[in-house]
Amino acid sequence: MASLLRKILPFIAALPLVAAAQTDVDDAALDSVLQLSEVKVVAARVPYSTVIPAQKLGGKALEALNVHSVADAIRYFAGVQIKDYGGVGGVKTIDVRSMGTNHLGVFYDGIQLGNAQNGQIDLGKYSLDNIDRIELYNGQKSDIFQPARDFGSAGTVYIYTRTPQFTIDKRDNFRAIFRTGSFGVVNPSLLWEHRFNDRVSMSVNAEYTYATGRYKFRYRKMFSDGTVAWDTTATRRNGDINALRAEAALFGRIDNGRWQWKAYFYNSERGIPGAIVNNVWKNSQRQWDTNFFTQGLFRKDFSSVYSLQVKAKYARDYMHYNNPDTTLMYIDNRFWQNELYLTAANRFKILPGWEANVAVDYQWNTLDADLVNFAEPTRHTLLTAFATAFQWQGFKAQASVLGTFVSDRTVNAAGQQTNNRHYFTPAVFVSYQPVSSELFFLRAFYKRIFRMPTFNDLYYTDIGNANLRPEYATQYNIGAQYDREFDSSFLRSLGVSIDGYYNLVTDKIIAVPKGNGQYRWMMMNIGKVKIRGVDVAANAVMALPADISLRTRLTYTYQRALDYTDPSDCGDGGSYKGMIPYIPQHSGSVAASALWRNTEIDYSFIYVGERYHSSANIPANYEQPWYTHDLAASYSFRLNRCALRLTLEVNNLLDQHYDVIRNYPMPGRNYKAIVKFDF
Amino acid sequence: MKHCIFYISLILLTLLGGTSCRHDDVIFIPEHVQVAEPTYSAVTGFYLLNEGNMGMNKCTLDYYDYASGVYTRNIYGAANPSVPKELGDVGNDIAIYGSRLYAVINASNKVEVMRASDATRIGQIEIANCRRIAFKDGYAYVTSYAGPIVIDPEYKQRGYVAKIDTATMQVVDKCLVGYQPDGIAIAENRIYVANSGGYMVPNYENTISVIDLASFTELKREVIDINLENVIADSRGRLWISSRGDYEKVKSRLFCYDLRKERLEAAYDIPVGQMTLCGDSLYIVSNAYSNITQETTTSFALFDIEKCAKVSDMFITDGTNERFSRPYSVNVNPLTKEIFVSDAKNYVTPGTLYCFSPQGVCLWSVRTGDIPAHIVFTGDISY
Repeated sequence: MASLLRKILPFIAALPLVAAAQTDVDDAALDSVLQLSEVKVVAARVPYSTVIPAQKLGGKALEALNVHSVADAIRYFAGVQIKDYGGVGGVKTIDVRSMGTNHLGVFYDGIQLGNAQNGQIDLGKYSLDNIDRIELYNGQKSDIFQPARDFGSAGTVYIYTRTPQFTIDKRDNFRAIFRTGSFGVVNPSLLWEHRFNDRVSMSVNAEYTYATGRYKFRYRKMFSDGTVAWDTTATRRNGDINALRAEAALFGRIDNGRWQWKAYFYNSERGIPGAIVNNVWKNSQRQWDTNFFTQGLFRKDFSSVYSLQVKAKYARDYMHYNNPDTTLMYIDNRFWQNELYLTAANRFKILPGWEANVAVDYQWNTLDADLVNFAEPTRHTLLTAFATAFQWQGFKAQASVLGTFVSDRTVNAAGQQTNNRHYFTPAVFVSYQPVSSELFFLRAFYKRIFRMPTFNDLYYTDIGNANLRPEYATQYNIGAQYDREFDSSFLRSLGVSIDGYYNLVTDKIIAVPKGNGQYRWMMMNIGKVKIRGVDVAANAVMALPADISLRTRLTYTYQRALDYTDPSDCGDGGSYKGMIPYIPQHSGSVAASALWRNTEIDYSFIYVGERYHSSANIPANYEQPWYTHDLAASYSFRLNRCALRLTLEVNNLLDQHYDVIRNYPMPGRNYKAIVKFDF
Repeated sequence: MKHCIFYISLILLTLLGGTSCRHDDVIFIPEHVQVAEPTYSAVTGFYLLNEGNMGMNKCTLDYYDYASGVYTRNIYGAANPSVPKELGDVGNDIAIYGSRLYAVINASNKVEVMRASDATRIGQIEIANCRRIAFKDGYAYVTSYAGPIVIDPEYKQRGYVAKIDTATMQVVDKCLVGYQPDGIAIAENRIYVANSGGYMVPNYENTISVIDLASFTELKREVIDINLENVIADSRGRLWISSRGDYEKVKSRLFCYDLRKERLEAAYDIPVGQMTLCGDSLYIVSNAYSNITQETTTSFALFDIEKCAKVSDMFITDGTNERFSRPYSVNVNPLTKEIFVSDAKNYVTPGTLYCFSPQGVCLWSVRTGDIPAHIVFTGDISY
């Protein structure tokens, strides 16, 4: 690592200075990559700090996708399916390798975003405005020096916000962005970064989003001879949003370490557009959210043997849901959540090539609601992880064991109840580089992990089931990755990865109907899903004639995610061995951006193949494939000391009218204009 | 260069690898299944209304034709290809009156009116959150949860019964009843409505409303039990009423109410999901979930209303009951006495309809839509 830094140091000096230059090994490695590619050092050999590297989107590649939420960006990773209810304020959740969204851990600047209530993170709420990069790890981030929490999900997304970077003569950076376009979007944002001294800097960022959320949608059915049976176009209503996000962060560098502190605030009101069904063309449900968290981290190498990282977080969330529709059950509920999180990870470099980590985390969650007979659950979670990593020539391996100790306390008519449980789950990651001069890696991992039943699963009035067990996911993965940079005048770099996997989800928590009344449900551990799949990701950078550089990304996912829940429900219209709802067999994406002087053209394409909305894979449950083409053009120029960038986007270029989720129509062709100032 | 070729072939592989394009959404072509030998009888067949889960817009209509022995799934779309979004969201009741077929579509806030002969749409009656339907002297009576709102200090919304002129398909009057009314029956110039209070957990309703047919006003409430659901009038001047219980301590039960004495005669510890009366035989199916055992208990009971006693705990005699996960509805052909019992399974996959001989032996079964729930016989059903 040190030799690498020495190699690239002259280049760094020649380029904008990284003020808060991080001693963080993986961060530094990443920065080096960016710097190196800009000066085209073809000979660079950057070893992966993790056993199996992430799928990453950052910097220019992320910007070139012209998407506005984290969820929309993650669609461009292999193995990912999105559940998108449509519109600017619509819920977007992510499902990695068909294990269910509750198995995905989402980390924001290094600490997990929690939702003890329903375990789902709406990634549509997280704007890309200040996001520097997104990483997706299957299994876990295979870097042992991390908190125990990081070992605790079947798949993990890391979202990193921008770290301030200053040119040598600047103390302040300002950025102002204004976006507007279809759906009545008005979306200004401001960023201020300030360098106090060589060691401490800060950033403040605020973004406001308003949208009427209105768009035309169209449903149409044809006769089998191709004539129109019915064709209806209507306007999507009650999809408005009014949201404010504000973040502040401090970044500090110390000898052999760094620290960071941040505060995050989000406040929104939105309409919930609801399902479009016969005779119901609009809905009136509303939701208000207020989220606040503050978190800090500290990390230092105390000696060549011992390193420590400490993180802490406090989060408070408020949600208010209102259904004023007098034709339905009136609902007006408020929910409050608290989370406190502390962790310490200790790394020991025992011998060259052999290190170990001991991490201990503590987490406290509460949920309160103004519901009748509400259980007011409180959860204490103690997590301990022991991990060891081993490296010898081209061989790298890592093994970890996570111990989870959970204590839930609830209140009901019978008084206070306490429920204690504990679990141990293992993971093993290996990779092998056969030839040291080639960036070709073979890799494999095994992981068994679970997701705890959420507070809603366990204690929600009437549907909750306090006897639920955790839902387990067991993953087996083998794959290969090849990266190369070329001296050739046409192809500059190429990367290809392919992974095959088998996942088994057991004790899956699903809602089953209860009793003889209608629409009463109960959560039970009865589901079983087997997932076999292949993920392929590739990227290439090409230099075309006339000074055009072309960057391309491609992903493809093949999946068979089959429902093994009920062997007796087989045969005609049965669910046994049916594809689980909304998981396509084929899906993929293509993204390409061409840069010519100050002009950039970006194109992206998403494909999701045919699916069924029920495990009963019969024609009545069939859902059509959908695919969208997005196109954007940007022009960058300088105006005095100010760098300007203008972007025009056309999304869903071919105006496809489609549903991701049945009866939730997605927008057709839509437009956006963006002006960005940097000074 | 060989990498380049690899890369290009990868792209081609992706594009060709079994992916398919979007095509036109075609009107659903009904599926025909031969389930039995053709038979000729005055009862020519039946319509089955599948509820479908809320928000899915998957309420579908199936038809069984005795003359051909063919069961046809999902006939509405083909019968009415010009209706946007088909039959609608969550079917709650179905009935035939005169030459017309009426389907109460709860979450689509309407009663769909069709020709009874071929399910061709005639029109619709807008009633928000409508539940069940009954007829008398040219009028349809439909229960609805969506009455006027009271805020004193809690939000409360009473239900009502809508009176519909079947000739004009217009709502001509409304009569307020209790909270969240479900079942409705008409006997001796009075309307009886089972009030559930299902939105007011744990403060359920516990009454039936008695409405005078002539003045269309509520005369009184009779206390029965909490969370009432079904109400059937027999020919002996009694009402058979079922309650859902509270899914906790209070169990689902069956009640007998005497119309002349105007009082509750008896309560029976028989759980009721749906029930149907044929002669003096009351067929009852239920799937009762217990929080304690975490299991669903299915039951198929036969009750004699003349003797006021349970005849059998199991009217299925050939062991087919083992194949049921959630028996949801029961209906009896008034002529042949064949018993039709549906299994709603897990509510999100297609259900199954079983046909049993009067002796309780399975004659045939067929896949239905999601949550097969309500049957109405066609032809001459005056037996």
